[in-house]
Parts: sequence; structure tokens; C-alpha cells
Amino acid sequence: MFRPSHFTAVVLFAIFASVVFGITQRETPRKMVRYGLYCFVLFVGAAFLLSWIMFLIAR
Amino acid sequence: MATAQNTNAASKQDTQQGFVYLPLIAGWLVPGAGHFLLRKWGRGALISVSIVAMFSLGIAMQGKIYGGASDILELLGLLGDLGNGLLYFVSRMLGLGADQVQVTTGDYGRAFIVVAGLLNVISAIDAHNIRTGRKS
Repeated sequence: MFRPSHFTAVVLFAIFASVVFGITQRETPRKMVRYGLYCFVLFVGAAFLLSWIMFLIAR
Repeated sequence: MATAQNTNAASKQDTQQGFVYLPLIAGWLVPGAGHFLLRKWGRGALISVSIVAMFSLGIAMQGKIYGGASDILELLGLLGDLGNGLLYFVSRMLGLGADQVQVTTGDYGRAFIVVAGLLNVISAIDAHNIRTGRKS
């Protein structure tokens, strides 16, 4: 059984979702890569931001 | 110049022949197959690897595979799972995944499986758009 940490699960999710978003939402390979990276940063960045907000609320 | 235009027109006509929904259906049943049919090998391979890996990790995390729809949330989960096409049906036949979420990672796994299905639907529609000429 695979038991990743929450952060590992977020990163894996972000990688696969960003690849598909990049390919399906843009026309040229260069734009696909840029959009994929943009989505990845947003996914992981949002997880960091929300984690800190929840941490500060919980204190 | 005229020859190049003729060649482009001929190749476009070639792609317009046949059953127009084939890449859509193939892409739904097998992740990436719609793009393979359209000779988009790189895109198809990346989509295939991403979706199959996401689904497999979901199963490995003991994620729940929805089998019925007793309420609206179950129905939405089932619709997401159905997006995986043959992966869903084969997993149901083999009894993979968990019936109930019993461990913490099972909830991550459930999300991975549902999202893999939704991404597969997006990919199949993308293949259809390429087939119809709406996208290159």
C-alpha cells in the first residue's frame, strides 16, 4: 500500500493535473509547457498558502 | 506554392474522413488513445502516463471506487470514476480499490481516482477538437 504524506500527495496531484491541463488548454508545445508550469506553481502555491492560513487560524 | 496548398488540403481531407467521434470514444475508453489515433504521439503518451499513473496511485492508496449512487455525492463520484473508461470497468471486475475509506490515504486515493477520470474526459474532448479542426 502506498502511504504518501499530504504534501507528497499534493505534489503528485499537481504534476499529473498540470501535464494534462498544459496539453489540453494550449495550442503550441512552448505554450503548453509554460501553462503546465504555471498550473503546477498555482497548485503547490495554493496548498502552501492555505496550509499557513489554517495553521495561523488554529493557533 | 499551389502544390503545397494541394498537399495541405489533401491531408486535411484525409483527417476529415471516417467516424468523427472515434478519437472521443477511444480517448475515453483508453487514456491517450484519441491522440494516438490522430498521430499526436507525444501528447498521447504524456496524457496516458499521467492519467494511468494517477489512477494507479489512487488504487495503491486504497482509494474508494464508486459502484452505485445512493445520494447526490455518490452520484458525482461515480460520474467522475466513469470518466476513466476501461480502467474503471476493469478495476471493478478485479475488485480493486476499497469499498469504504478506511485509512487517511484512502481519501487522497479517492480524489486521485475521480480526478483522473475528469482529466481523461478533458483529454478525450481535446482529441475530438483536434479531429474536428477546432484545435491543431
